[in-house]
Amino acid sequence: MAQLLSPLPGTFYRRPSPDKPAYKNDGDKVAKGDVIGLIEVMKSFTEVKAEAAGKITFIAENEEPVMAGQPLAEIG
Amino acid sequence: MAVKVIKPGLSTTVQDLGRPGYYHIGIPLSGGMDRLALKAANLLVGNKEGAAVLEAVFMGPELQFTDDATVAVTGAELPPKVNGEARETWTSFKVKKGQTLSFDFLKKGARAYIAISGGIDVPVVLGSRSTYTLGALGGFKGRKLEAGDKLPVGKGRGAKEGRSIPEKLRRAPGMPAELRMLPGLYWHRITAEAGKHFFTDTWKVAPEADRIGYRFRGGRPLEFVPREQPFGAGSDPSNIVDACYPYGSIQVPGGTEPIVLHRDAVSGGGYFMVGTVISADMDLIGQLQPHTPARFVEVTMAQALKARRDQAKLYDKLKASL
Repeated sequence: MAQLLSPLPGTFYRRPSPDKPAYKNDGDKVAKGDVIGLIEVMKSFTEVKAEAAGKITFIAENEEPVMAGQPLAEIG
Repeated sequence: MAVKVIKPGLSTTVQDLGRPGYYHIGIPLSGGMDRLALKAANLLVGNKEGAAVLEAVFMGPELQFTDDATVAVTGAELPPKVNGEARETWTSFKVKKGQTLSFDFLKKGARAYIAISGGIDVPVVLGSRSTYTLGALGGFKGRKLEAGDKLPVGKGRGAKEGRSIPEKLRRAPGMPAELRMLPGLYWHRITAEAGKHFFTDTWKVAPEADRIGYRFRGGRPLEFVPREQPFGAGSDPSNIVDACYPYGSIQVPGGTEPIVLHRDAVSGGGYFMVGTVISADMDLIGQLQPHTPARFVEVTMAQALKARRDQAKLYDKLKASL
């Protein structure tokens, strides 16, 4: 299991926009480089990408305030 | 000597002590948001206090050096690494020709100042090398750094490695952050009750806070004293006839979310200002992460001036420690 850490402090979003479905759900298979969420800070959105392939389990909630280095999900 | 940008970070800009003197014609101060940290970084590497450095927010860049240099990283706890090997913050270290400077995850604070011996040698525009991104003015091509940029660095011998600022002379906001503020000309616009809870409520830094303004939310909305809006003022009770916005002034559009104007702010407009954060505490704002709790603390002009003198003394001590 590899933890995927937030690169930035800000707000974590699991969907590309409020009216769209989540990028990934618990148990989905992800490939390295897949976008799994967004971090919003300073009016910009930074994509969070999977650093490994495997099954994803989210740790952070949608719209949760996060710190840099905080685990967002586990992939394995 | 140059520094190649491998990865730019989130928003890394060239900043010095800023561009005062043009605010009345709409060109903001710019310059580092945490000036004490910026000056400390320069002194550590043997530069003049106001040399141009890099301000990196929330995330560090990755930089490759084309020549040997002395480097120091101050302000936020953004741990530097040279070719992957950890270095201390607030301490000078050497980076050799061909080596790469990168950063670990942000541990504390918001903005790190990366000083390189010789200083970042971009052209001086209106007396400063600072970047004002909204106006595409100064800095490196008037913008934040991008991968592939080659930053010119001036000549400087560089101080030796291992010079360090003692921890007690490093300044960082508390938890919650306490921002001292002087009530302003428009204080009478809000009710006595609103004036009270403005100071007692705990606010939180909004994620959109940036170099232009720091927005806070979470406190109770401010209630206004009813009046017939004067000619030239907008219809919202938070509107005034257009006025100058000082650096540090706190506007509260609609009475809901206070915004403290910072180094890249607009210089005037039509929102009432509840007061002004004192100059001694503006550095602290630059180190606030999103969602950080903060309180406003009322002070008098005499207390504000004393705080400014105390800040100058802290800097004198910092200089003497090197």
